[in-house]
Amino acid sequence: MAKKKKLKKHVINREWCKGCGICVAVCPKNVLELDKKDKAVAARKQDCIACQLCEQICPDLAITVMVKYVEESASGDK
Amino acid sequence: MDVKYYLRERFFPHLWCAGCGHGIVLNALIRAVDSLAIKKKDMVMVSGIGCSSRISGYVDFHSLHTLHGRALAFATGVKLSKPSLNVIVPMGDGDALAIGGNHFIHAARRNINITALVMNNRTYGMTGGQFSPLSGVGTKATTAPYMNIDREFDTVELASAAGATFVARTTVYHVKQLQSMLKKAIKHDGFSVLEVLTQCPTYFGRKNRKGSAVDMMNNYRDTTVPIGSDKKKENPELIERGIFVDKNLPEYCQAYADLVERASA
Repeated sequence: MAKKKKLKKHVINREWCKGCGICVAVCPKNVLELDKKDKAVAARKQDCIACQLCEQICPDLAITVMVKYVEESASGDK
Repeated sequence: MDVKYYLRERFFPHLWCAGCGHGIVLNALIRAVDSLAIKKKDMVMVSGIGCSSRISGYVDFHSLHTLHGRALAFATGVKLSKPSLNVIVPMGDGDALAIGGNHFIHAARRNINITALVMNNRTYGMTGGQFSPLSGVGTKATTAPYMNIDREFDTVELASAAGATFVARTTVYHVKQLQSMLKKAIKHDGFSVLEVLTQCPTYFGRKNRKGSAVDMMNNYRDTTVPIGSDKKKENPELIERGIFVDKNLPEYCQAYADLVERASA
């Protein structure tokens, strides 16, 4: 059965993040935003599709998207 | 994968400015090395001087931080003495093609198995934003406050003409392509040149009113096209991305080993 990638959690290293906003701009689901201190935060975790683009594009190597692989249910519910 | 396994964490956060494209190249490089399953002890990073050259200090590989522009000369020595090592040379546009222009063309001519990474941000960032040989006509820089009138090199054409057997170009916006090209360039048996267009929001961006790092990255999305795209025919200004040269010719270390064997027979 096909396994589906699901979000476990976002780990954002606040000491390394410089607040350039690239992750915010590339996220296809608008999950991330910059907080008052100009650090990236996952403000809308529930929308994350675990594509890990933010992790791969972060120039500060500050983002890790922890994922888990779950069996897709036979009924096809998402 | 754990990115930190490949990093010297004590040097982080790194010195690059917020939004600097060099960090994206570092990120992609680590992922490429990880997916090729190359051991850290089999990797060597040899760099010269400049913002881009700092990359060799951040990775937990063997590393040499050498003279401005001369990284390829040092790398040639490393590779010839231990051909089993994977040698990557990260260079900036000025480091590779101005100060190190001579080393660059001759390393390409010899076809020695080194991966030359030209991180093209079109300026000398570390020294304050002077124009480089890749800035191009019409751009502004600290040393060209009215306008730069020097024509730019085309890295791809230069490397191909000099005899590099793998020549490719991509941008930091296209991270997936960057990762796959890095893998191909590292695996290629011969001199491989990968030009990566990366943004310098601090100097090139500010002097030329290119906006934020995000704006500059979006600009790479809008002004580049894959090789052979129809859009390029309509608008010749667009920059092509992709693999321009990929051929097999005798590799220098192998040719040298063969020669030694023949001479001592």
